[in-house]
Amino acid sequence: MAFLDRTARSMLLMELVSGLGLTLRYFFKPKVTINYPYEKGPISPRFKGEHALRRYPNGEERCIACKLCEAVCPAQAITIEAEPRDDGSRRTTRYDIDMTKCIYCGLCEEACPVDAIVEGPNFEFATETREELLYDKDKLLANGDRWEPELARRLELDAPYR
Amino acid sequence: MPKLTIDGIEVEVANGSTVLQACEAAGIEVPRFCYHDRLSIAGNCRMCLVEIEKTPPKPISSCTYPAAEGMIVHTDTPMVRNGRRGVMEFLLINHPLDCPICDQGGECDLQDQAMGYGMDHSRYEENKRAVKDKNLGPLVKTVMTRCIHCTRCIRFIAEVAGVPDLGATSRGEHMEVGTYVEKALGSELSGNIIDLCPVGALTSKPYAFTARPWELSKVDSIDVFDAVGTNIRIDSRGPEVLRILPRINEDVNEEWLADKGRFALDGLKRRRLDKPWVKEGGKLVAATWAQAFAAIAGKLKALAGDRIGAIAGDLCDAESMTALRDLMVALGSANLDCRQDGARLDGSRRDFYSFNTSIAGIEEADAVLIIGANPRKEAPVLNARIRKTWVNAPIPIGVIGAETDLTYDVTHLGGSPAVLSALHDGSHPFAAVLRNAKKPMIIVGQAALARPDGSAILAAAWRLAAEIGALAADWHGFNVLHTAAARVGAMDLAFLPGAKGKNLDAMMGGGVDVLWLLGADEFDTSRIGANTFVIYQGHHGDAGARRADVILPGAAYTEKHGAYVNTEGRVQHGFRAIDPPGDAREDWRIIRAFSDQIGHKLPYDTIEAVRARMEQINPVFSRVGFLPRFGCTDLSGPAGDPAAISDAPIQPAVANYYQTDPISRSSVTMAACTEAASPTLVAAE
Repeated sequence: MAFLDRTARSMLLMELVSGLGLTLRYFFKPKVTINYPYEKGPISPRFKGEHALRRYPNGEERCIACKLCEAVCPAQAITIEAEPRDDGSRRTTRYDIDMTKCIYCGLCEEACPVDAIVEGPNFEFATETREELLYDKDKLLANGDRWEPELARRLELDAPYR
Repeated sequence: MPKLTIDGIEVEVANGSTVLQACEAAGIEVPRFCYHDRLSIAGNCRMCLVEIEKTPPKPISSCTYPAAEGMIVHTDTPMVRNGRRGVMEFLLINHPLDCPICDQGGECDLQDQAMGYGMDHSRYEENKRAVKDKNLGPLVKTVMTRCIHCTRCIRFIAEVAGVPDLGATSRGEHMEVGTYVEKALGSELSGNIIDLCPVGALTSKPYAFTARPWELSKVDSIDVFDAVGTNIRIDSRGPEVLRILPRINEDVNEEWLADKGRFALDGLKRRRLDKPWVKEGGKLVAATWAQAFAAIAGKLKALAGDRIGAIAGDLCDAESMTALRDLMVALGSANLDCRQDGARLDGSRRDFYSFNTSIAGIEEADAVLIIGANPRKEAPVLNARIRKTWVNAPIPIGVIGAETDLTYDVTHLGGSPAVLSALHDGSHPFAAVLRNAKKPMIIVGQAALARPDGSAILAAAWRLAAEIGALAADWHGFNVLHTAAARVGAMDLAFLPGAKGKNLDAMMGGGVDVLWLLGADEFDTSRIGANTFVIYQGHHGDAGARRADVILPGAAYTEKHGAYVNTEGRVQHGFRAIDPPGDAREDWRIIRAFSDQIGHKLPYDTIEAVRARMEQINPVFSRVGFLPRFGCTDLSGPAGDPAAISDAPIQPAVANYYQTDPISRSSVTMAACTEAASPTLVAAE
């Protein structure tokens, strides 16, 4: 009996029909993939992407060269040099992040007492040369200027959990 | 000797000890801000609370409470912990939350102790106190809002440095520490208040904001800016030295460091010689090592040994002097000298040229005679030791030489050394004071020796020392105070004119045809003969390099392993913190490499081998760090006729404390100090 049943199924191409049925079911279900460069998925306000150095609303840079991010960085990707600025305030003369060393753990952001160094939502910063991934202070401040509305919004959203 | 029980541990402490000292003896750490074991007790921070049984049931500040027999002390009860927490909360009420921009961050007593006794939040919501910053000159930066009124700085400046420049005005919350009228601190030891400050109120101005303590690599070394041989720690990051701090050595510097040693380090980055230079057609041209060596070798080829001379400078390590001395001997020259200032030092016996009482021994002295020395300018840390002795018991101190403020009371006996003969025949009233003393000390400075009658003064001082009982089997009261870190080492290595050798004066004006200057900048280089071929080996482009025909770039003291002998004759080793700049090399290696070039290869390839050679020349180099106390049994004195003393007043050896050598003359900080210390000079310009 079992032999008859198996033979009938194979003669009637039942495996093929059930497989095609599954395909057909998914054909009418909503899609889970997105058309990446033109569409993007939602990301959390805690997403750890490209770094940025922020400024205060009056344009003054936030970073005060306390070097806590440099100290906490497990990959030792951050290099800071500091000296008194002309007005006597403590500022960095050099703030480098080696993005090829960075492991995007976000500890620098957590260590920062003034919310100056943050990891923003941007993850599309692939470059053609390695050197372009050695970020300096100007690049990081420019990132901050470009992303500021988004960065401020993310910090605001995440504030209740800090 | 009271016996106490502290947290169940029994300790016995010296009479007059406090409970805090007893706790330390028991190995129990008691938090404190105002207490410091080298300063008087103030008892104003209240952090060192403990509980003592059978006293009123309240926390007691242990630093002010005398230890007594049978006391039972608890340092970790709920009452003690609550008390300390309360004190910490009060201290933090007015302390700003600016640790991220504070230079003390990472090495701050308040930060550390707040981890143990602080709360995670503040209950204080009112306005915090704000205090205007004071200007204390070019060395000490102030952020007075951070001050917690421990008064350590005030006590240090008044008690140890002996310059009562700092004080507190007003009381309670309105108390402010500062100079009463705005002025730069007038002490050569002012940098120490930066180390003493438990918070970030007093920090180093030149070092401001440059680094965090955890970034620095630390290397032990020896200070070379004076002959005290202060033990220092060099903090460097990458290729630069960022700061210098004292290390504790009870026998030498306790825990103090003079300002020049601490702040002249920016001179290490300026005016450096970083490649060899050779003079061609009257102009120095950058060259390679091979070209420089070839130029010297060509000059030396046809010369007799006695036409070659060498002078060692004030900052040299003993290794390089050993190598140069061996090279000169190999070339057949006995023309060696290390006495750039022309001091009539007698190298025949070690106690004729060293500080025999030892620095720690000063504390036993009961009368001091200072001849032609200004220890405050020449050796500030040693001067602090004399002052400490004087503060403990006001001993009579006589001074022959220029009248200056030495930070303790002195009897000025006259400006001319002729008064020595009056002390000798007893006609001067101070002679009786010296004779009645049990452990009298005589300190002879370089100002007295660097005169034509220097050897006469040295002999007269020795004769006086023998007469007043300063030379006994258990007490050696004859001392020579040096100003140059390399001098005693050079004397120990006999870097002096050998048989038929010429001294510095004889080498001038064409006395030799080739003159090798090993970091020698402190004599008048215009006296060198016009046709003398000058080789300058050193690290700074100063007087010697300006006159040189060939420049060999050497290493500064932070860039080489080196042995230094301080004025006491204590051999100490400094270690290399950073690499020399550019093509510069360690000095003994330069001389060793050159010796190979001219076929007189020196027999050592490693620093250990050089040190073995030094021990061969003088066994004292095998005794590193330790110096035994000794007396004097052989009373025969140094060469010189005590009667030949002239009446001319003694001129100070150090005119400007802040600029005495190539490094400090290149330092911007030291230039600022010079300006702050002598505003009249600057105004006149």
